[in-house]
Amino acid sequence: MNDLAEHVDLGALLADSHVSEVLDELDAELVGLKPVKARIRDIAALLLVERARKQMGLAAGSPSLHMSFTGNPGTGKTTVALRMAQILHRLGYVRKGHLVAVTRDDLVGQYIGHTAPKTKEVLKRAMGGVLFIDEAYYLFRPENERDYGQEAIEILLQVMENQRDDLVVILAGYADRMDTFFRSNPGLSSRIAHHLEFPDYAPEELEEIAQRMLHAMQYRLSPSGVAALHEYLPLRMKQPHFANARSVRNALDRARLRQANRLFAQKGRQLTRAELMTIEGEDIRASRVFA
Amino acid sequence: MRITQGAFSFLPELTDAEIRAQIEYALGEGWAIGVEYTDDPHPRNYLWEMWGNPMFDLRDAAGVMAEVIACRRAHPRIYIRVNAFDSTRGFETTRLSFIVNRPADEPGFLLKRHEVGGRQIQYTIESYATKVPEGRRYE
Repeated sequence: MNDLAEHVDLGALLADSHVSEVLDELDAELVGLKPVKARIRDIAALLLVERARKQMGLAAGSPSLHMSFTGNPGTGKTTVALRMAQILHRLGYVRKGHLVAVTRDDLVGQYIGHTAPKTKEVLKRAMGGVLFIDEAYYLFRPENERDYGQEAIEILLQVMENQRDDLVVILAGYADRMDTFFRSNPGLSSRIAHHLEFPDYAPEELEEIAQRMLHAMQYRLSPSGVAALHEYLPLRMKQPHFANARSVRNALDRARLRQANRLFAQKGRQLTRAELMTIEGEDIRASRVFA
Repeated sequence: MRITQGAFSFLPELTDAEIRAQIEYALGEGWAIGVEYTDDPHPRNYLWEMWGNPMFDLRDAAGVMAEVIACRRAHPRIYIRVNAFDSTRGFETTRLSFIVNRPADEPGFLLKRHEVGGRQIQYTIESYATKVPEGRRYE
């Protein structure tokens, strides 16, 4: 007798893994990012089916889940990576589900023989979870053929290939530079199954993000504040060094600064709770973007 | 003569799965793990050679197991142990230590009697293995 099930209930598996909660949270808490969310759902479905196949005794080679996240600054790459670690953990693909975020400095050493132990230490810390390498293209410096970054890439490749069950590697960075990076490191590119592109946010999405950030900080916009933000965002988007959600956060931080200043100027008076919470249009309109 | 240092040394040899489970426990307690090896089995030899740096901030035993396996490959015939260090104030010491590799043949110890003044005797032990210079024992 074989004790393998003849039928498998994907719905039950899904409920069992509690992954739909994380996916719903992802939908509810992150604005926009439609293609990214769709891709994450695909990956979740793949892993669930893989698990069902295992229950039925079908060959289930664990799929390669190394990913690259490309997108402009402030499009939510790190935030999604954190969620990804949770999702993979719930689906039983990684054992611990923590995220280790590193950059070139954490992987590459300063003298001969320093890089390998350093990279290996980071890899050991990331085992059982997700290793997130931000601005991965700095690992490769084509102008210096003796750069130690190459050594780090080689160790990384080896672990990505041989210890797929132990960790998932996510390489992140700006789209154009990642493309050149992958072109010059074909070995790396071919070991990455999922390339996720993070689109820029539309102005309405940025407004939504601003509202959520303020809500989380227990602030709110007055009607004039809403109108000012509506005008501010398209102007700011045209300026150099625009970094999507990160720019929004910075703009809000400066608005809070101005609000504090404004309230401080009237210190003879008792302030109400609402006044402490409200950001007025003038707090936003004082920005140099309107100048 | 089987030497019995550290935890579990009266039990049959731990399998790799059991070693892994012990490491998982130690990591769960927040202890740092070190791998050490020696070819001098004297019980007072508590400073063994370090196999790489101690490993801090690990979450999963896979990294430690890789080091244990690498150390075994480099030193297949001598003693290897895993130490778990607890940095909690008040402990600040090794909380768990167990042997994960030992020589196939452990020749044991010679008990030496040294006669001093009158009928007094001082005792000491000496491992038969250490009659050979370091690095050439257990071959």
